[in-house]
Amino acid sequence: MDGRGERLDRVRAVLSGRTDTVWRAAQQAAGSGMERARLYLSRLFDGGYDPHVGTAAPPAIACADLTVSYHATRAIENVSVEFPSGSMTAVIGPNGGGKSTLLKAIAGILRPNQGRVDYDGAAPRAFAYLPQSDEVDRGFPISVGEFVAFGGWHGFGAFSPVSDALGDEIREALATVGLRDAEERPIDALSVGQFRRVLFARLALQRAAVLLLDEPFAGIDATTTADLLRLVEEWHVDGRTIIAVLHDLSQVERHFPRSVLLARRCIAAGETATVLTAESLAQAGFASAAIDAA
Amino acid sequence: MTGAEDILLEPFAAYGFMRSALVGIVAMALANGPIGVLLLARRMSLVGDVLSHAVMPGAALGFAFAGYSLLALSAGGVVTGLVVAVLSSAIARLRSPQEEVSLVVFYLLSLAVGVLLVTWRGSNVDLMHVLFGTILAVDIPTLVLMALLASVSVLALAAAYRPLLLESVDPAFLQSVSGGGRVYRVVFLALVVLDLVAGFEAFGTLLAVGPLLLPAAAARCWTARLAPSIALSTGLGILSGYIGLLLSFFFNLPSGPTIVLIGGVVYLLSLSLRRYRTGRTIAPQPA
Repeated sequence: MDGRGERLDRVRAVLSGRTDTVWRAAQQAAGSGMERARLYLSRLFDGGYDPHVGTAAPPAIACADLTVSYHATRAIENVSVEFPSGSMTAVIGPNGGGKSTLLKAIAGILRPNQGRVDYDGAAPRAFAYLPQSDEVDRGFPISVGEFVAFGGWHGFGAFSPVSDALGDEIREALATVGLRDAEERPIDALSVGQFRRVLFARLALQRAAVLLLDEPFAGIDATTTADLLRLVEEWHVDGRTIIAVLHDLSQVERHFPRSVLLARRCIAAGETATVLTAESLAQAGFASAAIDAA
Repeated sequence: MTGAEDILLEPFAAYGFMRSALVGIVAMALANGPIGVLLLARRMSLVGDVLSHAVMPGAALGFAFAGYSLLALSAGGVVTGLVVAVLSSAIARLRSPQEEVSLVVFYLLSLAVGVLLVTWRGSNVDLMHVLFGTILAVDIPTLVLMALLASVSVLALAAAYRPLLLESVDPAFLQSVSGGGRVYRVVFLALVVLDLVAGFEAFGTLLAVGPLLLPAAAARCWTARLAPSIALSTGLGILSGYIGLLLSFFFNLPSGPTIVLIGGVVYLLSLSLRRYRTGRTIAPQPA
């Protein structure tokens, strides 16, 4: 509390030869220094290892006055939007409208230049982020099973042993996405649609309360889209919070109760029916063909 | 069968320097196997080449100020190697189209500065020594240092294998689950540098990357899976080192280049003999 008084006391202690006091203070300082170093190192090398946290209730997420820039360009500007606990929201908008940026800011991958994201006190483990698959090096020699296993990262981190149940969990997750018996196949032998299924299997293994999906159905066939969309709806019924960047407006209308329309700024947000109006879509700069489709 | 024994074993039974060289080759192959395979799988062979040159200015500085002091050469090499490793990953993070060009610039600068530093204090013989190494001159302290560096890089690689794998295949995912993980790229490059410094005494800065990449490239012709590639690459590294040593002994050839030449022949043989694999290993690289 009183830093100056304490320091004076310590000086006096040295002067009067009370070495034991000094010794204890030094031990304490060394102890807290070691603890800090240990924390720092484990964050640096073993981040995300957190086996004791149970599945938390899905938090509500609120973005307040969020601005994110790449160099001089503002990708999103003063975006304030809320995602209630257990809601299923589509983020839509024109290309370059900042949809992915918003998702990355919520996932904590991009740091906002201004404003903040409020997580309702959720642990980082509560979040699962599905990137656009072109960020994955699909030529890397690793099997489907190994790739999916990384979904359980929180349980084993960088260095801890994996649980005996992991193998069963992987097989179960692969069965859920319709890829039974694909465990041993190398990931570079998969088609685009199959690989998307693998990404969803890894997502299932994460057991996250919040799912952030960046264009989860882009460039895949109708059957795969339908299967994976069903899976997302099951997760929604489970009560998880789901936020997905999407392009197909009719898909959004049919399956996503809530939407956010983003064109650098937040044009509209709320119930999908109220967001997908001709007026707001035009304001977001959508071509008229897209409006007709909606 | 004394004839075969005379050829295959006698040189090692009769000459201590051949035994030392063989032990050095085994030690290096054990580290080169896993690191080379990962380097190739991450499509970083150019980075490996650049780092092997980056070892040179440091080694040359060590030579200029301390002469042929093993520790000075190696420590200098580790320092400049690490500096370039950090610089190159900083450039990789920018994802700029300049990345490849910058790497080549590092490579050229390292070579030019290294050559100037060596010739400043030494002769052409010294230059040849730094550039191409002298595996037949490897003595016990050098051998111990090589084994030590190789052991450190293998053990560290084993410890960091899981995060390294994830950082290789899906860095964005590692970032999202761990809130970091970029450190592992630097860790990996540091291990490559240690490995190259271990090989530098034997192969020189120009050729040290040969025993690192050639057996790994050959192994990849036979299997697409990581663990078998690592085992095969280690085996091929030992084999081409052994054959190269024998050839250089009987035909009085410089040993380092001979070993690298055999490694290259093993790669070309593997490439032409491999089973047809539906173009998987040459699949286009995703952006």
